[in-house]
Amino acid sequence: MHNFDFVKPATIADAAKALAGDGAQALSGGQTLIPTMKQRLAAPGVLVSLTGIAEMQGVCMGDGGLHIGAATPHAVVAREAAKHYPALAALAGGIGDPAVRSRGTIGGSIANNDPAACYPSAVLASGATVVTNKRKIAADDYFQGLFTTALEEGEFIIEVVFPIPAKAAYVKFNQPASRFALTGVFVAKFANGVRVGVTGAGNDGVFRWSDAEKALSADFSAGAIAGLKVDPAGMNTDLHGSAAYRANLVKVLTQRAVSAA
Amino acid sequence: MPKDHGIGAPSKRREDIRFLTGRGVYTDDITVHGQAAAVFVRSTVAHGRIKSINTAKAAAMPGVLAVFTGEDFKDVGGNPAGWLIKSRNGEPMREPKRPVLAHGKVRHVGDAYAAVVAETYAQAKDAAQQLADDSVIEELPAIIDMAAALANSSNRVHDEIPDNQCYDWGWIEDNRAKVDAAIKAAPHVTTLELVNNRLVPNAMEPRASIGEYFPGTGDYKLTTTSQNPHLTRLLVAAFVLGIPENKLTVVAPDVGGGFGSKIYHYGEEALVLAAAKKLHRPVKWTAERSESFLSDAHGRDHVTKIELACEKDGTFIAFRTETMANVGAYLSNFSTVTPTFLHGTLMAGPYKVPNVYVNVKTVFTNTAPVDAYRGAGRPEATYSLERVIDKMCRELGLDPFEVRRKNFITTDMFPYTTPVALAYDTGNDPATLDTVMQIADVAGFEKRAAASKAKGKLRGMGLSTWIEACGIAPSHLVGILGARVGLYDAATVRVNATGNISVMVGAHSHGQGHETVFPQIVASKLGVPESSVEIVHGDTSKIPFGMGSYGSRSLAVCGVAMDKALDKIVAKGKKIAAHMLEASESDITFADGRFSVAGTDKAKTFGEIAFSAYVPHNYPLETLEPGLEETAFYDPANFTYPAGAYLCEVEVDEGTGKVDVVAFHCADDFGNIMNPMIVEGQVHGGVGQGIGQALCEFTTYDETGQLLTGSYMDYPMPRAEDVPFYNVDYSCQTPCTHNPLGVKGCGEAGAIGSPPAVVNAVIDALQRGGHKHVTHIDMPVSPSRVWSAING
Amino acid sequence: MTKVSMTVNGKSVSGEVEGRTLLSAFLREGLGLTGTHVGCDTSQCGACVVHVDGKPVKSCTVFAADVAGASVKTIEGMANPDGSLGVIQQAFQDHHGLQCGFCTPGMVMSAAALLAENPKPSEHDVRHYLDGNICRCTGYHNIVKAVLAASGQSVPAE
Repeated sequence: MHNFDFVKPATIADAAKALAGDGAQALSGGQTLIPTMKQRLAAPGVLVSLTGIAEMQGVCMGDGGLHIGAATPHAVVAREAAKHYPALAALAGGIGDPAVRSRGTIGGSIANNDPAACYPSAVLASGATVVTNKRKIAADDYFQGLFTTALEEGEFIIEVVFPIPAKAAYVKFNQPASRFALTGVFVAKFANGVRVGVTGAGNDGVFRWSDAEKALSADFSAGAIAGLKVDPAGMNTDLHGSAAYRANLVKVLTQRAVSAA
Repeated sequence: MPKDHGIGAPSKRREDIRFLTGRGVYTDDITVHGQAAAVFVRSTVAHGRIKSINTAKAAAMPGVLAVFTGEDFKDVGGNPAGWLIKSRNGEPMREPKRPVLAHGKVRHVGDAYAAVVAETYAQAKDAAQQLADDSVIEELPAIIDMAAALANSSNRVHDEIPDNQCYDWGWIEDNRAKVDAAIKAAPHVTTLELVNNRLVPNAMEPRASIGEYFPGTGDYKLTTTSQNPHLTRLLVAAFVLGIPENKLTVVAPDVGGGFGSKIYHYGEEALVLAAAKKLHRPVKWTAERSESFLSDAHGRDHVTKIELACEKDGTFIAFRTETMANVGAYLSNFSTVTPTFLHGTLMAGPYKVPNVYVNVKTVFTNTAPVDAYRGAGRPEATYSLERVIDKMCRELGLDPFEVRRKNFITTDMFPYTTPVALAYDTGNDPATLDTVMQIADVAGFEKRAAASKAKGKLRGMGLSTWIEACGIAPSHLVGILGARVGLYDAATVRVNATGNISVMVGAHSHGQGHETVFPQIVASKLGVPESSVEIVHGDTSKIPFGMGSYGSRSLAVCGVAMDKALDKIVAKGKKIAAHMLEASESDITFADGRFSVAGTDKAKTFGEIAFSAYVPHNYPLETLEPGLEETAFYDPANFTYPAGAYLCEVEVDEGTGKVDVVAFHCADDFGNIMNPMIVEGQVHGGVGQGIGQALCEFTTYDETGQLLTGSYMDYPMPRAEDVPFYNVDYSCQTPCTHNPLGVKGCGEAGAIGSPPAVVNAVIDALQRGGHKHVTHIDMPVSPSRVWSAING
Repeated sequence: MTKVSMTVNGKSVSGEVEGRTLLSAFLREGLGLTGTHVGCDTSQCGACVVHVDGKPVKSCTVFAADVAGASVKTIEGMANPDGSLGVIQQAFQDHHGLQCGFCTPGMVMSAAALLAENPKPSEHDVRHYLDGNICRCTGYHNIVKAVLAASGQSVPAE
């Protein structure tokens, strides 16, 4: 790993200042960034840890739903979101493994936008709002393809605000090696309709399965999407599954999520 | 009542105390004063010609002490193959030089062609990157696919080997015509083409080595992650660097698993020694896991066509196989014997089949070397046999249990010589089959299948009945077969004056529990407490000689050597007792730690004899030497033949293709059992690895030779969630007839017997679920493959 | 180089680190606590698991500087004050929950974290919690048994 200067600001303002510098990069839980740096695929000059900022920690109910500080580790979300948004808590409790969940954070996950990460499906399916040090971004505008988001240079996530659906569930099918989602489906049923967020499968990252949303908004049952087909053309192929296989998983897991919700 | 002491007791492992408290000492835990760090520069292309390496910039970087390239080692020896295999036409195998650092060409991604030694690891790493940037390597087309490699004479892994073939081996060539005729005439022939998937051993401790040189004496010391320190010393000394054997000590301290991958000598070991000599400083190298994936010897990687000829009632007539075995870019030490004598000789299985012929073409490719991995050849043989038998049963509508029973070698037939030249000394395959059927409650399967169905799952049951050859073993036999070493083992028993005992053994423990089990045998034999016995292993300066631990041979060969040395101790003790008790030596008996004069109450304890041996005030020195220390070398008369019957039950989720192993039952015949707790643990581990091979593990190189499964992000290691509790029974015990302990070895059984049981169970589940077109799925039977098979 | 201080196994320690110094390296090379092992470079094998402020973390995937001031517990801190094996360690020995011993420190630390969160885990809970700890020797059977036994629950007779 290349060396770097390490700074750990205590306030959002100081973090913003540090991240405005040349070669600065934000570090949250580091569970993806540090392995990447070991491979020398990332070599920041200054690493700005965001985990020492009290305002970016914690889970609480507030305006617009459940507020989760960007630097809140998955394990804390799994525990503290359980009574407010059980499906989201369950998702957080299934990311990686316990040690990863001690460190990894929601802000780090969605800032990285790994196409196989779990959180983006929940953010998208919940219609959450991503709050940064500069603005508020709607989930539908936030995710912009593989490892690509609406975040601009020097911008970092402060918190994510989740509207709470009437019913929801996340079903994940593990990639057998990494334990990331080979495919994961988050289904959220709101008064005004159903949203379905799919991670791991799409060749352009997390996406909403709109055909299923329509069908489920009319009839929230696994049977409602029995006749639908997912087009493999939009799916990813890799060592662990073909596009056709992933297309199948999207449907099967959506049905299972609906049944579980 | 469970025994609590000596042979057969489930003695708790004494080595656990240090491992559980963080006080184990693995190679990378050692820091030698003045130690420098080595980092290797590894090829990023699968096949290339080294045009130039400009070392100037790297050598001038901060902290850099030395830079090495293949040029520095071009005049020293290569790392040799341990077995010379001959082709069907009598020609010896092709044996290209395996240099310390690649010279002229690089032959696989990860092939080390240079190394940097610096004050710190980070500095060495930076300089290695610079060196890589300053190297010009002309990329050549990669040779990855075995069939294409054999067909291609213009594109060569080694320029001097036109068809990339190491050898074309027939076993037994004299059987060939008869087998061909038997198959032609047979009422039924089942054919199966299958792949035995390439695996990365993945011992959890990455390889590491520390080289030291002592200018005052000219001595060298290599501390390394080895299953086999004496072999490493021999290879480094006699073949590679030419260091006199008596000037080189090789120490393998605590070693974090091996599974075959740490049997062999690797170039990194020679490099740290050469660098230590050059710099007069200790030099340490520790692999990163990504380096392990690229440079450890891999396992398996066979492509096989097997034919089974039989009567309509399932009576076997003949087995015939054609296999291509991938040996990778270079010949690792055991790589030539693994697909041949550890594979072809097992191709009769536990069956009285009259006709067997095996053909193996071993192929060079631009991939990491392939060598023995837990089971080594025997899992490949067992998988081919047990899969094709299962397929035959389905084709003929026969019961897989009864077909196996019908074809077993029966107990009255031992000793039994197979058509592929092994002489099984003993066994009881019907008994292990009966046992597994009982412990697995085969009769209750339909009920369980119905319960699975109610959950939306398909349930299946798969059987595997297997035999293996362990001990690796009689020098006279392996010598005929092409081994370049003897395969005996050695032990020294040193009884100290105060009666406690040090036993220096040639076997190396890297998880097997020798430090606990070997004292159990000493305790039983000498009537002393286990706690008074200490095992010394893994240090060539302390132990007489050894061939290390692999091939389930530690007890069956080294344990027996120790037993023979104990016999000598007892014999010497009797002489001393006769002198002390003023009796005739022939009247002395030894039992329960006491030397007694028969028919009298005159006796001396073992402790008294030991003390006397070192305080020999009145010894008749012309007939009785002081001291109580004995060494024995043991060379077995035959291999040992563990065998067993394994039964697996799976549930298949048709929607996702995911397979869950819901039950795994083992009925093993390991002969006599020294420590049942450890035997069970060995079976658990082997079965875990076998389930890994069957369900998840695979190794993929793309057509350019890049390793796509080069980390735990893509190489699926079985986790706790992927396996069930295993049910292990070892009550069927036919003791080995040719070693005094009656032991056969248990280290590899689980990995040998389990993969076909898992795959047979998956096929069974799919067949029961109505997917009649699915007759085979290659390993790993991963979710996507199962789903594709169902929907394909 | 900057100076970091933290508490390790109840003792205050400090040392000079670079930004890139991982906690695992600080423990092993800086403090000589070599019980914490490094088995991979992608944060998956779990041999390096230690506790930071009571939580399990992969010490190869956290910078030493990022846990300055924290309380760290390693395998060397798991025995009883008199040096005898702690309950979990003893269960691992009693049930042959280790072979080569390399993954063992991480296994024990993860098991301890599990039992702190969930004193009576089911077999499934144990297997699920150990998802980030890879063992190549034991097939996990005796590890799972050991953790169940350490929780005071009965284990399969076999």
